[in-house]
Amino acid sequence: MTDIRYTKDHEYIRIDDGAVATVGISDHAQSALGDVVFVELPEIGRVLKAGEEAAVVESVKAASEIFAPASGKVVAINTALEENPAIVNEDPFGNGWFFKIELADAGELAQLLDEAAYTDYIRDLA
Amino acid sequence: MRYLPLSDADRAEMLARIGIDSIDALFADIPQENRLSGDLPLPRHQGELAVERHLRALAGRNVPAASVPFFVGAGAYRHHVPATVDHLIQRSEFLTSYTPYQPEIAQGTLQMLFEFQTQVAALTGMEVANASMYDGSTAAAEAVLMAHRLTRRGKAVLSGGLHPHYAQVVRTVSSLGGHATVTLPPDVAAGEDLAAHIDDDTSCVVVQTPDVFGNLRDLRAVAEAAHARGALLVAVFTEAVSLGLVTPPGATGADIVVGEGQSIGNALNFGGPYVGLFATRTKYLRQMPGRLAGQTLDADGRRGFVLTLSAREQHIRREKATSNICTNSGLCALAFSIHATLLGSEGLRRLALVNHANAVALAEALATVGGVAVLNGTFFNEFTVRLPRAAADVVEELAGRGILAGVPVSRLLPDAGLDDLLLVASTELNTADDRAALADGLREVL
Amino acid sequence: MLNDQGRPTAPVRNGDDSDTRGTFTGNRALAQEEALIFEIGRVGTTGVDIEEPTAFAPRLGGLARQDGIGLPGLSEPEAVRHYVRLSQQNYGIDTGLFPLGSCTMKHNPRLNEALARLPGFADIHPLQPLSTVQGALALFDELSRWLRELTGAEAIALPPKAGAHGEFCGMAAIKAAIAARGEAATRTVVLVPDSAHGTNPATAALLGFSVRPVPARADGTVDAAAVAAALGPDVAAIMLTNPNTCGLFERDVRAIAHAVHEAGAFFYCDGANFNAIMGKVRPMDLGVDAMHLNLHKTFSTPHGGGGPGAGPVALSGRLAAFAPLPYLKQDGETFTLVEDEASAREAGAAPLGRLTAFHGQAGVFVRALAFMLSHGADGLRQASEDAVLNANYIRASLGNLMSVAFDRPTMHEVLFDDAWLKGTGVTTLDFAKALIDEGYHPMTVYFPLVVHGAMLVEPTESESKASLDLFIATLRDLAHSALAGETERFTGAPHYAPRSRLDETRAARQPVLRWAPPP
Repeated sequence: MTDIRYTKDHEYIRIDDGAVATVGISDHAQSALGDVVFVELPEIGRVLKAGEEAAVVESVKAASEIFAPASGKVVAINTALEENPAIVNEDPFGNGWFFKIELADAGELAQLLDEAAYTDYIRDLA
Repeated sequence: MRYLPLSDADRAEMLARIGIDSIDALFADIPQENRLSGDLPLPRHQGELAVERHLRALAGRNVPAASVPFFVGAGAYRHHVPATVDHLIQRSEFLTSYTPYQPEIAQGTLQMLFEFQTQVAALTGMEVANASMYDGSTAAAEAVLMAHRLTRRGKAVLSGGLHPHYAQVVRTVSSLGGHATVTLPPDVAAGEDLAAHIDDDTSCVVVQTPDVFGNLRDLRAVAEAAHARGALLVAVFTEAVSLGLVTPPGATGADIVVGEGQSIGNALNFGGPYVGLFATRTKYLRQMPGRLAGQTLDADGRRGFVLTLSAREQHIRREKATSNICTNSGLCALAFSIHATLLGSEGLRRLALVNHANAVALAEALATVGGVAVLNGTFFNEFTVRLPRAAADVVEELAGRGILAGVPVSRLLPDAGLDDLLLVASTELNTADDRAALADGLREVL
Repeated sequence: MLNDQGRPTAPVRNGDDSDTRGTFTGNRALAQEEALIFEIGRVGTTGVDIEEPTAFAPRLGGLARQDGIGLPGLSEPEAVRHYVRLSQQNYGIDTGLFPLGSCTMKHNPRLNEALARLPGFADIHPLQPLSTVQGALALFDELSRWLRELTGAEAIALPPKAGAHGEFCGMAAIKAAIAARGEAATRTVVLVPDSAHGTNPATAALLGFSVRPVPARADGTVDAAAVAAALGPDVAAIMLTNPNTCGLFERDVRAIAHAVHEAGAFFYCDGANFNAIMGKVRPMDLGVDAMHLNLHKTFSTPHGGGGPGAGPVALSGRLAAFAPLPYLKQDGETFTLVEDEASAREAGAAPLGRLTAFHGQAGVFVRALAFMLSHGADGLRQASEDAVLNANYIRASLGNLMSVAFDRPTMHEVLFDDAWLKGTGVTTLDFAKALIDEGYHPMTVYFPLVVHGAMLVEPTESESKASLDLFIATLRDLAHSALAGETERFTGAPHYAPRSRLDETRAARQPVLRWAPPP
């Protein structure tokens, strides 16, 4: 799991192969949100800047924007979430991914938190 | 003071429990120099009898619709409401409950709202409706904002047949939010070419039927024209009873239907409180403003109802909410729903038919008055007549003779050069005597 | 930022042996199950006798409705029973203490209902000639006078139909005033404290403003220095609730107002909590420029299960000219309404536009005025004092057992957090649901968001000392039970309501928003 990085807003980004990376929300995030009931995904082909609002996730009690962890073009979205948003709670790192982007600059990921740093970060939040 | 249960002895005992000598200690955070020392220059408390006398005197200076031949409409309509409706809405548990935040002890309100939503969807021919808005005009403004969100465009085209107050509300809300509106000129004959005003920036076209001049409008062509350019059709009605007889907007291509529900179950109330109806297609659900009741199960597997999809709303999304609205018009929605339940399809159809029949009879009676011309080709229970002189003066003179003849178009559109036009409405409450009184009155004053 | 202040939204399902109600019908004596009108009604049935008209030539063009409409009907006795049974599944103020914080659930006098139904108020049309509604316009004037005196305002805008609509009106007046100064393009930011009600930022956004949050200090109030730091030439206004949503009076209010005005911005006050300060202080004296009044809270017009409300707005001299249409004008003994822009401009006003068809919630105005007349200046002041006294009595009686969020005298509501429940396995939501079983409507929970597991208790002035003592004793019993580890009392609650906990997750994931015939 060395290729996974996190933002302080609890998105994760994982490099799949070369220039394409998968974006989702962390296990901590799905747990804090509670039962996810709706996910709004970006359009395929949209070019995102790092930090830009890219998606929305709603639970019964909360709504949260999902920001692009890195710049790039959206190349795939997980349409299964539209039908069954519960996957986000059940399998956030696997089938509960949100979208994939073609990274503009893989170097941006170096600014994000790695696994250990994120674990420390959420422990400090609690 | 009859509404305040605490006695001075209670107050003293409570202050002692708190550990202070005087109530003033609890107001210590208010800047001293601004604290009021004595009572404000307003009357002191009064008994029920005195208050009743005072307000009865004010009420007595108004002319109630029931006391005269009455033909006033233009967005609010006087109908017979069964006595049962008012009795039921005054049940304590309906009247004095709050927004159903605790669903286990608010199933009455929640089930009623679920039934109301279903009734509104059926009536408008749409797939889904919300739990009501403040009134028809604010619902229209919310519909336009919703169309902006759905299309990511920012211009609304308003028909010249839209109630001028509705058009003004839409324009006010739009311009303050930085959106554009195009309002077509007043369209007495329902002849405007809306399609010609739709372009690639247009988010929606807003059309009312029956329109403010009473004309029925076939929305199919404008719906097609809007959809061809990627815009939506917002259909508006101000007389809900018309839906008992006239093709509903849902059957003619509307994407969002909004309207005033006052005329089912609710009194005129000098303009409010009323109840806004709001319906749309399921695919647009997530951009719909307002409260929604939804069906679910309880922990024991029994059917129950909750407020749902609230993540769209201000208390969660704050500045990203679909609307700033917090309340609906619950009690007016209840009155609407009870009246609609008493009517059923058959009762509503008959009620609408009687309205239409009375209006047709009125049009025929007025057509016999010299100088009066009925302008409408089609109408439901309201139409426009041209008078030989300013309608506002005629209305005032007839009011002096104990007849409330209708709404001068100049009251709604003072600068449109339509001073000789009068809107005349007739519901099931109007009798042949009323019609004769209006026709005779017009003959006398014209 | 994640909002994890919420609550569990799907109940733990009870086991298969859960149907312990033990009756064949599912009813329990007075607690009756009731089906939907679509299940008990019949198409073709009607509870209203209307004769078909004799034959006539319709004027519908080709637009006669073709479908069956789809509204089931009930006869009158069936309808009465349906709605009475539904009503019995609701809790209202008339049922018992309703301490829903920030909602001001006080007694609704029935006199007000009777008066609003007088034909001279209920049966008049908003577009009748003004000569035939002079009494109604005089009532508008009298209501305005009361509201002006109570707030110190220059003018009252009557049209807004609810609190959020009033916020929109007040902020729109501010936007219009800023535009009139030629600063529309530069002043685009509104300051909103974190503790604000969600309508505040939503309203600002609706008007095209961006929101800049202002943090609260540790004692729950806003620091004038923090406001000063957030101010700048880009700021149009601050939206401050006072008394605030934590039940505290913003004691820096004068300094905040001063700083805001110095920076060329306006002070919008959310008047949701006006019930604490009627006759004690006039908000405009504190530097407020605009404030809405929730007539359905402070002046006791019934909430009716979620409306209708009314949200007239008090405006300072700097904003009065921007009031929306229509507004009232007096010529000698006669009242008129200024209903159109041209007439208003002729008279030197610059209305922000029109916010609703017609004139506002006239029927609500009747009730609110009756409430004010009944109380008088003395009674309204006493009502505020009693509301504040009642809240502090609860605080003093429970503060040693439950954790008060801010340890200082409170206004008309008292805020607890869930620190005292830590380790008990009982959440704020569980505690609220247990209160239902004891016969009370719960307090507001999880609001405001600035404290963890919030419980906001607003008893209002309508409660007797005996009623408060019983409520306090109940809360104490429940608190001891929670602290003693009797979690089942809480986690399974409510046990005795018409429904046990409802599955909000299911409702949101698979929305069923209207009845449909079974497949």
